[in-house]
Amino acid sequence: MSSTNSSQFQPITARPMPGRRTGIVAWLRANLFSGPINSLMTLATVALLAWSLSHAFDWAVARAVFGAQLEACNNARGLGACWGVIAEKGRLIVMGRYPDTEHWRPVIATALMLLVVGASCMPRFWNRWLPLAWLVMLAVYFTLMKGGMLGLTEVPTDQWGGLPLTVMLTVISMTLAFPLSIFVALGRRSTMPAIRTICTLYVELIRGVPLITVLFMASFMLPLFMPHGVTIDVLIRVIVGITLFSAAYMAEVVRGGLQALPKGQTEAAATLGLTYWQTQRKIVLPQALAMVVPSLMNTFIGMFKDTSLVTIVSLYELTGALSLALNSDADWRPFKIEAYLFITLIYFVFCFAMSRYSLWVEARTAVSKVR
Amino acid sequence: MSAQEAPIIRFDKVNKWYASNGYHVLRDINLDFAKGEKVVICGPSGSGKSTLIRCVNALEEYQEGQLTVDGTVVGDDLKGIDRVRREVGMVFQQFNLFPHLTVLENLILSPTWVARMPRNEAIDKAMAQLERVRIAEHAHKYPLQLSGGQQQRVAIARALCLKPKIMLFDEPTSALDPEMIKEVLDVMIGLADQGMTMLCVTHEMGFAKAVADRVIFMDQGQVVEQNTPEEFFNHPQNERSQDFLSKILGH
Repeated sequence: MSSTNSSQFQPITARPMPGRRTGIVAWLRANLFSGPINSLMTLATVALLAWSLSHAFDWAVARAVFGAQLEACNNARGLGACWGVIAEKGRLIVMGRYPDTEHWRPVIATALMLLVVGASCMPRFWNRWLPLAWLVMLAVYFTLMKGGMLGLTEVPTDQWGGLPLTVMLTVISMTLAFPLSIFVALGRRSTMPAIRTICTLYVELIRGVPLITVLFMASFMLPLFMPHGVTIDVLIRVIVGITLFSAAYMAEVVRGGLQALPKGQTEAAATLGLTYWQTQRKIVLPQALAMVVPSLMNTFIGMFKDTSLVTIVSLYELTGALSLALNSDADWRPFKIEAYLFITLIYFVFCFAMSRYSLWVEARTAVSKVR
Repeated sequence: MSAQEAPIIRFDKVNKWYASNGYHVLRDINLDFAKGEKVVICGPSGSGKSTLIRCVNALEEYQEGQLTVDGTVVGDDLKGIDRVRREVGMVFQQFNLFPHLTVLENLILSPTWVARMPRNEAIDKAMAQLERVRIAEHAHKYPLQLSGGQQQRVAIARALCLKPKIMLFDEPTSALDPEMIKEVLDVMIGLADQGMTMLCVTHEMGFAKAVADRVIFMDQGQVVEQNTPEEFFNHPQNERSQDFLSKILGH
């Protein structure tokens, strides 16, 4: 120890981490060709990969038929993909049973809905105009879709379908289920026994049955309990079913976040005189929800895909519309795989966007926690 | 202590049992605290000293007896509890700052939401409190970006923003690194000099000697001994307080 004179502590500017001394060749040798067995397995894997990729390319591109030519498609069957099915049936798959002369209506309505949802995802639009934007959007959406006024022909709700229906069911159910789930989660931790019991019963009952059962009950059994002549639109029944179902799952996710918050946070809020609701809104929920963003997004994404189950009550959303489009046409029915790949891509785009947004939210909420 | 003035806090035969296991944590507590009095409460772990001061602002319920804070009985009446909490500030061992809010937001939360103060006025007052605890330059940082001592000073400033008549300190320096204890104690001493009524659960005997009007020693849920700091530290009467003092001063 040579502390000759106690000069001022001088910080050293950051130095880089010691570099890896191995290059690509050394890495390959160490990880892929470290011995005869390892080398053999590497070669076998590469060969298999090359073989299957070249076949996939062959099928999807080289020998594929891109136009809506049925004869060419039939000739290429088993050898190349028939993307013509999308050219031929794509519109029916995306729009479902909605009358084809009126397709501009769901296009505009859904674009508007996605626009408002997109804006709601961005904090810079979180002001008092946002609820108004939602009200206007919903009014325009349902006027356009349902019609029957302003010179628009009426389209009954059981004819709505395809991607617009998938998007609408998800957006509306999510918007209703999320706040509901927060109340249920808070209710399960309430000190009032009646509220606690009701919320616990609700969650346990709903989680105990499959979504299909809930939809089936909402669609076929509910009308039996209604007074004669009173009917509730099938769409509303389905939205209520999906909302109640997903809210139960989300409530448990939210409750997980509530449990993780230290007791000192609510105690500090109490000593500062905040009421129960002020404490939940300002202190508890911002922290609890930030902790469960990944699991919440998991539930949202699951919900988006679960809307495909509404086919069992004769609503033809994206997946249902695909079956409808191909089952009714024996000529094109053999090319279901191509059509499924098409809607897979659509589902993927939406789900991927949602998971990217979730990552962004995580990064944003993490700012307050890092040192 | 002027004998004729009514005490600002009065414990009258207060008994408390934990709801979970029935443990008798406070036994027949009879205590009066005068306005402006500074009291240090000490005692071994589990003696009920934290529970005692947490009863004052109703973070804990009690089952028997009566606790009166500035003329309001602390009990089932929620309005009464709200009134008491406005007059009682509290500082915790673990700071309990809100990590998702900046230092300034932590301070103005209660003035704007509870006292309905205009935001600008709340900010001015909060900044004045931050100056007082010498932390104004960190107003826009998040709590976890500060050291423990700084966080605890912010917590004190936050409690003071409500202009409380009484301050409760629950082991305010126990979670701090040794070199940060002094900066927090200095702030507390400054507060004491301004005439604040203070109840401090602490093992900082130097603080007790410098500031306290009275030291209360608790063990097994009872007040075993209470006296001026000089008398308590130099001539402890009770066997248990002698034993406790020998343990904490013995090294």
